[in-house]
Amino acid sequence: MAELRYNHAVNRAMADAMAADPSVVLFGEDVAGAGGVYGATRGLRDKYGGKRVRDTPISEAAIVGMAVGAAISGLKPIVEISFIDFMTFAMDAVVNQAAKMRTMFGSQCSVPMVLRTQHGGGAGSGPQHSQCLEAWFAHVPGLKVVCPSDPASAYGLLRAAIDDPDPVIVVEHKALYATRVPEPDALPILPIGKAAILRPGHDLTIVSYGAALRAVTEAAVALAGQGIEAEILDLRSLQPWDEAAVLESLSRTHRLLIVHEAVEAFGVGAEIAARMADIGFDELDAPILRVGAPFMPSPVAKVLEQRYLPNPDSILAAVRRLLA
Amino acid sequence: MGKQAKPADNTAHFQRLYRIVLTIRRAEEALAELLAEGLIPGFIHLSIGQEAIAAGVMDALTPADTITSTHRGHGHAIAKGMKLDAFFAELLGKDAGACRGRGGSMHVADIANGMLGANGIVAAGMPLALGSALAHQTLGRDAVAVAFFGDGSMAEGLLHECLNLARLWDLPVLFVCENNGWAEFLPTSKQIVFSLDRLAAAHRIPHVAVDGNDAAAVAQTAGELIAGIRQGSGPMVLECHTMRMRGHYEGDVQRGRDPAETAAHAARDPVTIAAKNLSPAQIAKIDAKVTAEIAAAIAFARAAPDPVWDDAVAAVYTGAA
Repeated sequence: MAELRYNHAVNRAMADAMAADPSVVLFGEDVAGAGGVYGATRGLRDKYGGKRVRDTPISEAAIVGMAVGAAISGLKPIVEISFIDFMTFAMDAVVNQAAKMRTMFGSQCSVPMVLRTQHGGGAGSGPQHSQCLEAWFAHVPGLKVVCPSDPASAYGLLRAAIDDPDPVIVVEHKALYATRVPEPDALPILPIGKAAILRPGHDLTIVSYGAALRAVTEAAVALAGQGIEAEILDLRSLQPWDEAAVLESLSRTHRLLIVHEAVEAFGVGAEIAARMADIGFDELDAPILRVGAPFMPSPVAKVLEQRYLPNPDSILAAVRRLLA
Repeated sequence: MGKQAKPADNTAHFQRLYRIVLTIRRAEEALAELLAEGLIPGFIHLSIGQEAIAAGVMDALTPADTITSTHRGHGHAIAKGMKLDAFFAELLGKDAGACRGRGGSMHVADIANGMLGANGIVAAGMPLALGSALAHQTLGRDAVAVAFFGDGSMAEGLLHECLNLARLWDLPVLFVCENNGWAEFLPTSKQIVFSLDRLAAAHRIPHVAVDGNDAAAVAQTAGELIAGIRQGSGPMVLECHTMRMRGHYEGDVQRGRDPAETAAHAARDPVTIAAKNLSPAQIAKIDAKVTAEIAAAIAFARAAPDPVWDDAVAAVYTGAA
């Protein structure tokens, strides 16, 4: 049976977008010759030529700044930053330039650019190659942030990001690139800002995104064995995020747990919890809980990293508190 | 103000350059007064003393060419063709401003005229110009991009990244350094141990220096470099030696600045130099016209309505206002 791999879905999204629109270009470190650190850009230069698919020097600040300049001059650039940790060098271009231009220039222009990057641990990559920094970007007005958890959403959200007139950060996960699903009948473009119910349930709502959904799903299966039905919501988009979908689920389950791989403190979960404590207060039968990484840099040793990452046990412990 | 057909009679060219230099000078002098009056939000960095660079470089550009600017970008915006009404309304934070009062002095932009923004972040405009040049190159446009930067930017690593990329990809970009000898409150000589010509050479990019206070000289040199870039030479560096006649920002008391330096400015004033090939009658005519235009623009800006909150909030993402 034909299968679709996550990195192939990412590749197909860019290939289809480049075929549909000659102004779409792709550049980044090792995207053309090597096909990307995780193989997501393989073959694109052969298909679309060296003018549209280019390797860059290791100059994150310049290449992201260049994408901003290109985006306000008629191109739709996709830039790959191979690890989200390297975005630190490109923060001016993202935060001070791309995010603000539309507002700051009085709506004279939009900045149609996509920054593809990946985050996350599980591979022993250590403190400078495993971080989940997506909340930084979700905190900046003018940016959009999506976080696909499976091959279909990797395709659908990236297509939407490329079509979007505003700057979108697409955060993939290094542990997901090799995951595969049966080839879907259709691969629709998915709207930015819409969550999806991955598993229906009525006893509690677990909101999550990205690779953390694997641990969440494992936990939900274990809970089902105990007669507890958890509803799982895949946020897909972090900025904007689907407040209505979370509230709707909460209004049926009355209990909310938010799980992400990013450090728990000041994370995406904090924002969701605060909003639901406000607009969902009357629905709540228990305090809103969060599971995220502890407040420390991501460690390398397997025994340390496994404990650092959210896992079915830490999720089940939180669910027990939620149902107590 | 774009490139018109080169006049056979140089007088018209000198008149045009003088008019632009003077417009920038008078506009910024007026800004200093409006700031003192409390009408300008925030702070402003004046380019008084450096007007000839904006006038001269823009003389070699067409409306299709793009520029990125610095925190000292008023002159670039005016020379690239921003309407004075929109300029003053922006500086006063009015809805009729070029950026609807949301950008102000450090973010004046006129995208339709190829002015891709002043910039509050030192060196940040350079990669934007590279990207614009990449768009020109990829889309096959007959256009160049110009990155204005100050000597203070030379201490930013981004300059090296951009020079390298520009050469690597042979981008149609002109790097214009406005070297006024000061980087914020410290002489550049106390911050930088290398020279721009050597840095450009290390990146295999030709470097040309010019008297940045002489608009005709800047126009001549920039014209030659830009013609070369249009023919496919790839990037060039133009270093314009100039002077900052005011402080880093308006109101800067300029501690530690040698009075002899400021006294020497008068002899090198770009307005005086731009006037030297014109008759007193020609000068008086342009002076009167510029003065009237600026007075009218300021009157327009003063009377213009304030921005509307709902419009500003709705503008963060595309699709609404």
